[in-house]
Amino acid sequence: MKQKIYPTLDAAVADIPDGAAIMFGGFGGAGFPNNLIQALARKGTRNITAISNNCGTNEGELSQLFKTGQIKHMIASFPGPRSVYFQEQFAKGQVTVELNPQGILCERMRSAASGVYGFYTAVGVGTEVAIGKEERVINGRRVILEMPLAADYALIKAEKADGLGNLVYRKAARNFNPIMAMAAKTTIVEVEEIVPVGALDPEVIVTPSIFVHRIVQAKGIRYAG
Amino acid sequence: MPDKPRLSREQIAERAAQELPDGAYVNLGWGIPNLIANYLPQGITVYFHSENGILGMGARAKPGEEDYDVVDAMKVPVTLLPGASFFHQSDAHLMTRGGHLDVAVMGGLQVAENGDLANWKVPGQKGSGGIGGAMDIATGARKLIICMEHNTKEGAPKVVKKLTYPLTGLACVKTIVTDLAVIDITPGGMVLREVAPGWTPEEVQRHTEARLTVRGRVPEMRLGA
Repeated sequence: MKQKIYPTLDAAVADIPDGAAIMFGGFGGAGFPNNLIQALARKGTRNITAISNNCGTNEGELSQLFKTGQIKHMIASFPGPRSVYFQEQFAKGQVTVELNPQGILCERMRSAASGVYGFYTAVGVGTEVAIGKEERVINGRRVILEMPLAADYALIKAEKADGLGNLVYRKAARNFNPIMAMAAKTTIVEVEEIVPVGALDPEVIVTPSIFVHRIVQAKGIRYAG
Repeated sequence: MPDKPRLSREQIAERAAQELPDGAYVNLGWGIPNLIANYLPQGITVYFHSENGILGMGARAKPGEEDYDVVDAMKVPVTLLPGASFFHQSDAHLMTRGGHLDVAVMGGLQVAENGDLANWKVPGQKGSGGIGGAMDIATGARKLIICMEHNTKEGAPKVVKKLTYPLTGLACVKTIVTDLAVIDITPGGMVLREVAPGWTPEEVQRHTEARLTVRGRVPEMRLGA
């Protein structure tokens, strides 16, 4: 049987090539795959298109990859007031950014994950995010066309995995992680604990194993601030 | 002549709290709305939603009892009420966009006569800016209430005929609660429902660019109950 459990963080990200589109889970300091982000910084993959809600917090989270200049383009909802390295590079024109409304960012991923080729929404109509997008009227409401958003890799964080890659999360650290798991070609998860197959109650599994390709155990890192 | 005293931010929150019906599912945004949970009238139970995937948030966590996997959208550690639930970000925004929230309360930079809202970006601001959940929530909530100061620090009106700030959502605002007034937005335009204690409708109109309709005697807001 194909083994999904990887022995080290570095092994789990070893093949991520330059130019990859990568999703990163996490919101509000919770549920960030900080061990995998550090491994990607060590690996040195460059020209990354990163997809995440925000763009790092002080020294933590995606700041680790902005600091090293590894991210070229960012698709985000709310870069955040403490995304210091991102803002510095954005001001110099070293990184470009596409802002999406937060729920639309999620839904674009789910669209890609589910074989739905885009969708119409009233969110963003008439705003900056509607520029260049097809507009029509459905049920009397102005709506715009949003396109699916997929990625080559998703780096996510969960609480527990079994050996097949079934995942459960901890509280609000779930956030973007289950959606990204579904929208990437290769999903790599760091978990606090790996349990035997069969140990997770099928009724409570949040991400079914079909969406998970690599599992690595690591004690979670949380950055202050 | 100096102005009469206006409501404090806490008093705006107190007045806005009176707008929440018993049993409502409610999302509170940044700034003044975040204070509303402290002022719920007795006998009223509402269920607070957070776009990172929590329904049933309670008060802020006490110092020493924080769980940083249970944070609100402002990254503040919160508690959970009995019956609370967790879900992923996509379901959280399915709730915002899909008309499932009874009420959303947000801060505002400008509100126009027809209910257009600007609250995500100041023209000419430095840095990348960020949208977050604002557009999803503004577009989808069944009732959107805006809490804000009636005028800018320089005295410019924020209740305007047409927006000059970047749009968040078209014709989405139903009610505005400011430090001077409660205003409803109806198909016929803005209706002045209440004034701050000691203020007359004429005085409020002088601080407002949009035209306020006055129907009969306008009562003063009731505070400090």
